[in-house]
Amino acid sequence: MDRTPVSDADVCVVGAGPAGGIVAHRLAESGASVVVLEAGPRFDGDRREQLEQHIRPGLGGPWEMGGPRDAFSSTGDSFYPLNAARVKGVGGSTLHWQGMVMRLHERDFELDSRHGVGADWPVGYDDLRPYYAAAERELGVAGAADNPYAPPREEPHPLPAFRPSHSDSIFAAACERLGIDMHSVGNARNSEPYDGRSSCVGYGTCKPVCPSGAKYTAESHIEKAEAAGARVIDRARVRRLEHDETGERVVAAAYTTPDGETHRQEATQFVLACGGVENVRLLLLSDSDRYPDGLANSSGAVGRYFMDHLFAGVGGRLDRPTRQNHVGFNTSECHQFYDDAEPVNGLKLEFLNYAGPSPVIDALHADTWGDDLRDQLAEGYGTHVAMGALVEQLPREDNYVGLDRETTDDLGDPVPEIHWSVDEQTEAALSRANEIQTRVLDELGVEDRWTVGPDETGPAYHHMGTTRMGDDPDESVVDADCRAHDLDNLWISGSSVFPTGGAMNPTLTIAALSVRLAESLRAALE
Amino acid sequence: MLAGLGVTGGAVSLTRFDPPTAESTGERGDSSGEDGADGDDAPPTAVRETMVAAGEVVFPSAAEGVSEFVETYVVGRARDDARRDAMVDAATELDDVARDWEGAAFADLPAGDRDRLLRELGVDTADPVQDGTLSERLRFHVVNELLYAFYASPTGGRLVGIENPIGHPGGTESYRRATMDGTEPIDSGGDSDG
Repeated sequence: MDRTPVSDADVCVVGAGPAGGIVAHRLAESGASVVVLEAGPRFDGDRREQLEQHIRPGLGGPWEMGGPRDAFSSTGDSFYPLNAARVKGVGGSTLHWQGMVMRLHERDFELDSRHGVGADWPVGYDDLRPYYAAAERELGVAGAADNPYAPPREEPHPLPAFRPSHSDSIFAAACERLGIDMHSVGNARNSEPYDGRSSCVGYGTCKPVCPSGAKYTAESHIEKAEAAGARVIDRARVRRLEHDETGERVVAAAYTTPDGETHRQEATQFVLACGGVENVRLLLLSDSDRYPDGLANSSGAVGRYFMDHLFAGVGGRLDRPTRQNHVGFNTSECHQFYDDAEPVNGLKLEFLNYAGPSPVIDALHADTWGDDLRDQLAEGYGTHVAMGALVEQLPREDNYVGLDRETTDDLGDPVPEIHWSVDEQTEAALSRANEIQTRVLDELGVEDRWTVGPDETGPAYHHMGTTRMGDDPDESVVDADCRAHDLDNLWISGSSVFPTGGAMNPTLTIAALSVRLAESLRAALE
Repeated sequence: MLAGLGVTGGAVSLTRFDPPTAESTGERGDSSGEDGADGDDAPPTAVRETMVAAGEVVFPSAAEGVSEFVETYVVGRARDDARRDAMVDAATELDDVARDWEGAAFADLPAGDRDRLLRELGVDTADPVQDGTLSERLRFHVVNELLYAFYASPTGGRLVGIENPIGHPGGTESYRRATMDGTEPIDSGGDSDG
């Protein structure tokens, strides 16, 4: 494959996930010459190979993450499993994501003003509202208007919501008695055919792979971008952004291809869209005399304020069938407690449709077979229930992504360092989530309980905050348009620009900001 | 392709279910094609017999039609050439061991002896490793090939309580049903109006 640079490119996008794919598609469609550089490969071929890799032990991970290319350091109090949390490839982390999508609430944009914590965004919900609607169309969101706690919207979702599960109906009675509201939840997954993709056929393995194509991945935007004339170069690892003598403009992205060659892609505009960790790494690797602390980092905020969502959960078993693991997504949530002030951290509750073991996965790990195995699987499956929750982590300067200059990847570049911990305030919010979950499970009479709380929690793999947006160039990396304060032609797309993260899965907001960024960048090209 | 599922007298007919197969994927030729199970590259008869004999041990006793199931969904299923060759090699090795230790082809041993032989080889507790030790290879290419085909299908799933297991594209109705046989109405759950 020809991986040499494109001449006369208007826009160079680094990263072929949703944040890069949407921008590339929109700009290519408007007539711009666009090139996309993606560090990972294209995953062509039958997705049932990845399905089998996911289900069967001994085949390795489906998305080839974790080799020398992806080395990293985790140095905080909490270990961060970075390579479980991202995918490099055309489609980015949407290749393995679960596909839950919802809008942030109004309060998420005004946490400092309202509660004196975190930071305000330089844009509000009303600013993003039309872009959220556009993003829902871009991703093909299946949803309903039955959520009384959702922010205002003026049009229905593009696709009807998936109907509630049998498991939801078990929870519904208990929640009603407790005054806890259940409602539908947005899915970036086709409940009916949409955008040339199949409707869901129930493979049940949404995360990490949807063999039918019903789940949105950014591959669809990359495909559309290419159809509109964009050039996408895979396995092109961008290692440095070069700026001009004034330090006001990026002039080239230097990238290395699998044959060991290093190329320079020049362009008029550059969009950084390689995730909340690699965006930082690339800026820090691009330091210069003009930017000794890293490109676009005169604020010192590059890499700071790393946030993720934390998982809280309670589960156990009932004395009746609960019908889990037919599908790999949820059909009901509860956002009733999201806007509470005590604790101020947002939290949303999930009613899981995939609690407990999957018989086929257990079978493949079992140490017996025949009737013994059948009995073991039948006993292990069928009566589990669980509630999950995502809890907000507020931005803290001491949670950061940096460079570990003592450790290098296979190209000799310093690897990312993730310095992350969970603070007491977040732990209190996790306990609050557990309290509500426990009330529901008590009401149901659930036995054989397990709990994931402050001591057991882990990240939800949403990398946010590390190139935060803001109006003040001394405190933020990009402005409200996602353009770097320091460099006129450098834009950053993705959740790294979130000043706060709320407790909603971030990809719909990533998509909304990407649509908005494309609009601003298009204007800048004119 | 039969989409239904036959359950008779507590047994499950393995010839009647609908997991992805060579034919349904369009990745393989027909039975006379070069990649087909009965084509020029089809595994030798002894390998097929060994895999069927292993299936009779690995599957629960309620399973019927093991031979046709294994022929179609294990030996004959779509996979790359290297994986198919590795399965042939592993089955051949298993047969060789049976002949050396038991004095008979694996497929000719009583079921109890087949079970014992596999366990004596440590296949029950071995990690599945494609190019590992004999027991690891047998676990990957024989036992787990069989278990994957079986329990990722409605046939195997039904025996343990799920008619639409992960890995099977069984649609988006089953998760709403209260029971496996679907005779009860689908729950209305919450009040989502779509």
